[in-house]
Amino acid sequence: MEKHSRRTFLKTTAIAATTLTSLPIKKLRASPKNILSDDRMGVLVDTTVCIGCRNCEWACKTAHNMPAGNIDDYKNKSILKNMRRPDEHALTVINQYDNDQNPMLPYDVKIQCMHCDHPACVSACIVGALSKQENGSVVWDTDKCIGCRYCMVACPFQIPSFEFDKALNPHIKKCDFCFDRTKEGKLPACVEICPVEAITYGPRNDLVKVARERIKNNPDRYVNHIYGEYEVGGTSWIYLAGTDFSNLAFPKLSNNPAPGVSESIQHAIFAYFVPPISLYALLGGIMWITRRKKSVEESE
Amino acid sequence: MNGYLKPAPIKKKFFTPGVIVLCIIAANGIFFLAGRFLFGIGKVTNLSNQYPWGLWIGVDVAAGVALAAGGFTSAALGHVMHREQIHAILRPALLTAMLGYTFVAIGVFVDIGRWYFIWHPIVMWNGNSALFEVGICVMMYMTVLYIEFLPVVTERFIGRVNLKGFLSVLNKPVDRFLRFLDKWLGLTMFAFIILGVVLSTLHQSSLGTLMVIAGPKMHPLWQTPILPLLFLLSAISVGFPMIIFESILAAKSFGYKAEMDALSMLSKTVAPLLGIYLAFKIGDMVIRGTYVYLLEANVQSIMFFIEVVFGVIVPLRMFLSPAVLKSQKLLFTASALVVFGVLLNRINNFIVAYDPPYKFSTYFPSFGEISVTVGLAALLILIYRFITINFPVISITNKDFVLNTKYTVRG
Repeated sequence: MEKHSRRTFLKTTAIAATTLTSLPIKKLRASPKNILSDDRMGVLVDTTVCIGCRNCEWACKTAHNMPAGNIDDYKNKSILKNMRRPDEHALTVINQYDNDQNPMLPYDVKIQCMHCDHPACVSACIVGALSKQENGSVVWDTDKCIGCRYCMVACPFQIPSFEFDKALNPHIKKCDFCFDRTKEGKLPACVEICPVEAITYGPRNDLVKVARERIKNNPDRYVNHIYGEYEVGGTSWIYLAGTDFSNLAFPKLSNNPAPGVSESIQHAIFAYFVPPISLYALLGGIMWITRRKKSVEESE
Repeated sequence: MNGYLKPAPIKKKFFTPGVIVLCIIAANGIFFLAGRFLFGIGKVTNLSNQYPWGLWIGVDVAAGVALAAGGFTSAALGHVMHREQIHAILRPALLTAMLGYTFVAIGVFVDIGRWYFIWHPIVMWNGNSALFEVGICVMMYMTVLYIEFLPVVTERFIGRVNLKGFLSVLNKPVDRFLRFLDKWLGLTMFAFIILGVVLSTLHQSSLGTLMVIAGPKMHPLWQTPILPLLFLLSAISVGFPMIIFESILAAKSFGYKAEMDALSMLSKTVAPLLGIYLAFKIGDMVIRGTYVYLLEANVQSIMFFIEVVFGVIVPLRMFLSPAVLKSQKLLFTASALVVFGVLLNRINNFIVAYDPPYKFSTYFPSFGEISVTVGLAALLILIYRFITINFPVISITNKDFVLNTKYTVRG
């Protein structure tokens, strides 16, 4: 038994060592393939400007060929009070939160995919059906997806949704940053329709500067926090708000890329296949030695 | 011990009242399975955008892989380290692993929304994905398990190929092919056995990496960067208890005496393995300071408590006692507790610990989901019974010992 426990011990210590040494937070990195363009686009959402008209909800559905109904049906504001989430029937929704200082001016928050710079969904996807595009969009490929829903488990913002009621060809549904429209030089549908310019489309790096400027010029209007500037390593969509983001149901997340720890573990176990091949060689050695020992014993 | 027990087909009838009950349970599962394929996952399960993974991933896939770990732990001890005492249980363990992984694959097939694309990971790679690693390793390991089982098939049919009618002209060529296959397998089997052990350590641990990416969506009692290590250690510790559990169960069901020599040899290894697992689990809890969550008294803390106390500490204490190792009943209880502990651990990791930031309801598996899971398990037992009745898998203690038979050397 001595040998068995020693082997187990060696193996466990080896794996523990690789796991632990791979953990220093500074070295955490997301996919090497995911080279971020400096010109990638983004959107600045100013929740203090948004009036909750829900036109963006209608425009989004229309642009994605989803049943949208009449735009006048979206004038019903009572629905804003119930917490809603983007799902397979609506890729973006607006939720309303009370403003304690000024009850006449509630906070309206548009939510959709944040288009992370280091997306957990892209890292997690078993077949690489999700990808971060050069223009900043995180898009889904229907020809690859197997419907395993690991992206939904991985997403820190709980965004991807799945067509659970379809027996054949169910899709993963999430905001695609109007990839097909921006390719043709058009604006994302929600940005185009917004009547109050609560959402601004532009190069992400510029938008961060614009957001800083707004906070600097209106310190009473905004909290000093650009949500998405650093969260999970940065997102393409960034937010300004007049109250702490936790009051607006934004998740409190660290600044490390969401897939960082998992990818470090994964790459440590598979570092150029050295650990698996070493284990194979080690086991082969043990097999050979014990076999020889056995045949020596038998011949005695 | 000078000789080996020779595995032989069990001479029993397939159908008994218990088997008929299992057939009904399996049929019920297949009924709901049909519903899933005809009307979609949403109609049969309680899964939602908040809870994308449920019972099928937690039990059919994650627990299935863990409980099939007996295949690689016994191969490591019996074949790699040449412990002859345990040879009697190698084939039953191999069969369990082979069937276990087959049903894991079926579980994945049932759970994924686009089952007809299940082959995609073979050609579409994402090396960053823990799930990709698990998928590829499981596919490869399943192939290895089938190869390891082939000698049982050749042993069953060499010299006994008896095709009827016009096919009888094929009898000779088929027999010759089986002999060729048998010879070839005999020469190369060692490579497959080692490969099987390596692949197992890889995907058993990567299965733990799966939930790391969920980050804060997973309860801190389970979310830790050493999840892959904990998954590997728990899989190694549950391997032998699972073999003991099912060997005693199979012996009871078929009415023969369990191979206690091999089982007690296995049982001696359980306490140290469980001890290492417990040490890492508790050590991780202390280092991360997560014991504060134990005082919360919610579903998560209670489930964690049950998992660690009844699934690890109690059986660990039992396996340390010589009285337990001698008594078949106590050994069975202790092994069943370890199996229960690892099953609960996988359920906890994949279902109980998963706590999405936005939720409208909590998840509890639907009747349909439970039916499918239980039905597939029943089907697995039925196939196990069928194979052990028709193929030389189980060794029964009898007077005519066969010394060093050619076939018993291998899995």
